[in-house]
Amino acid sequence: MGRPLNPVLIAFAIAVLLFVVGELVSPGFAAYSQIINVLRVSSFLGIIAAGQTLVILSGGEGVDLSVGAIVTFGAIVASRVIDGQDAMVLWGLAQALAAGLALGAVNGILIAYLKVPPLIMTLGMASVVKGLSLVYTKGQPSGRAAPIMVRLVSQETVFGIPGILWIWLALMVALTFILRQTTFGRSLYAIGANRQAAYLSGVPVKRMVVAVYSLSGLLSALGGFFFLGYTQSVFLNLGDRYVLPSVAAVVVGGTSLAGGAGGYVGTVVGSIVLTVLQSVLVTLRMEEAGRQIVYGIVLLALLAAYGRQYRLRQ
Amino acid sequence: MAGSVLQTANRGLWRSVWDRFRVPAWVSYVLLAAAVGVNASLQPYFFTLYNIQSNLNTFVPLVAAAVGQTLIILGGGIDLSLGAIITLVDVVVVTLMEGSIERVPLALAAGLLVGGLCGLANGVLAAYVRLQPIVATFATSFIWSGLALWIMPRPGGSVPRAFYRGYRDVFLGIPVAAWIILGIIVLWLILKRHRVTRYILAVGGDERAAYATGVPVAKAKVASYVLGGLFAALAGIGIVANTASGDPYVGGPITLTSITAVVIGGTRLSGGAGGAGGSIAGAMILSLVGNIVFFANVGSYYQELINGAIVVAALALAGIPSLRRRSL
Repeated sequence: MGRPLNPVLIAFAIAVLLFVVGELVSPGFAAYSQIINVLRVSSFLGIIAAGQTLVILSGGEGVDLSVGAIVTFGAIVASRVIDGQDAMVLWGLAQALAAGLALGAVNGILIAYLKVPPLIMTLGMASVVKGLSLVYTKGQPSGRAAPIMVRLVSQETVFGIPGILWIWLALMVALTFILRQTTFGRSLYAIGANRQAAYLSGVPVKRMVVAVYSLSGLLSALGGFFFLGYTQSVFLNLGDRYVLPSVAAVVVGGTSLAGGAGGYVGTVVGSIVLTVLQSVLVTLRMEEAGRQIVYGIVLLALLAAYGRQYRLRQ
Repeated sequence: MAGSVLQTANRGLWRSVWDRFRVPAWVSYVLLAAAVGVNASLQPYFFTLYNIQSNLNTFVPLVAAAVGQTLIILGGGIDLSLGAIITLVDVVVVTLMEGSIERVPLALAAGLLVGGLCGLANGVLAAYVRLQPIVATFATSFIWSGLALWIMPRPGGSVPRAFYRGYRDVFLGIPVAAWIILGIIVLWLILKRHRVTRYILAVGGDERAAYATGVPVAKAKVASYVLGGLFAALAGIGIVANTASGDPYVGGPITLTSITAVVIGGTRLSGGAGGAGGSIAGAMILSLVGNIVFFANVGSYYQELINGAIVVAALALAGIPSLRRRSL
């Protein structure tokens, strides 16, 4: 009953196909600089979905719906601390990451020790964090990104590639290494595939779960920090657009929602697919209504292509 | 085969996780009583007819959505497109009414049809195409809300006066909205005894066992989504009556509220155990908590934070018994 095709390859082929379609509709769509631009926009989703990948891999119906709110909160904290000064960037980043890590840890502790279902726990956390953002800003987010953050996201370096893409690539390499080669990674796949068996083989299941949700919070805040460099100022629903797409990117990249199978490379490709798709639909000058419908149908088609579950009778 | 063994193992595991997380339904009734008590003590005119009515008017859509989500979750599914179905029904009903009372029956019938069809599509995707419900319904939510935007790009439309006045009316000394909620409860009590709900529960409890004992698994799943869609349509109609206009974004937040209501109400998120009674209480609790925070006079910036914190605290409290057990 092995899967017929590697989902990462399918997703990759679809990304290429979408670029070709875009080029046919509007010549120049698949020009080098345009591809780089699409990748740049994908990187934010990709970084946020990195945490989501870990959470989903850990199984136990793991999913993190608080990523959007934490992205926003991270960006809000960073923007207020940094307030346009290059000298404050690291301090702002550190505070944003600490906030994300702490919020993620609360998710993890309640899920691991108090057995709150992840879906509902992270949902509740999302509204708590939104509330925190409101209290922290009094409804008026202040500050702005530092010039160096803007340059990181938009200024070209070697091969015309902006710094953010190098960071994303480094994250991809690091996460893939961690998942495949370290005890942490192996334990993660083990608890995702079968928690009971992992527990009996000595994997500290609860601590792993706490770690995974904490990392998801951290990576969401990191995504918020980088996204701040793109938007330059913050607004209170900055991260909302990333909640469900982060789950979709993971699934499109071939990671099983049941946990224990998949990887971050798939998520990277999944983030690119979703971003190119949006971009193609915008290029087609489709109205918002039509864009949403097509987006939904394409997502369904992708899921049907390789996200199907097994037949009951075998 | 390896995949299916793994999946069975996973299912067993989820079961063990969820089993420990089921709030008994009576807890939600106690919480509801407490919420009413606290609300009444904070809000001087809580028990006036006007206030009870305006509370009930906002309860109707949430209650209907929570019952719909319950049926789907009981069958082992989940519907992230429920809010989008509500939105779609809302704009379809308003558009077809054209402000004339003669067209109301047609508009309501069309609304129910749309809700049922959306549910049918979700059900077929989950049961026959065998997509994971959480992502499949996430994808369809784009389709429903896209259709809603296409039908009505901007909030507006006109609803006949008699229709929304009727909703705010009092019949036999009891507000119409209360009759509707009673009607939804009766509907649930009938459904609960019907074979279809027993099948849904069996499928949500253990799909393989249900299959082995001759339960039409796929059909039962589809039925749960269709029923869910119909209740979502009721919710959409309730919103039309309450707001007296159409809005292509109105249903969005209801999806997540409905899931929270189901969990607070004691239905197991993996399906197979629970009921809509608790969810109805859960839906009312959630909207009363909003009221309480509003009337407690905390600064407006703190409202959302406290609102969320109360929900998380309730979830955490329900989980405390599991701390005493040595378990995964």
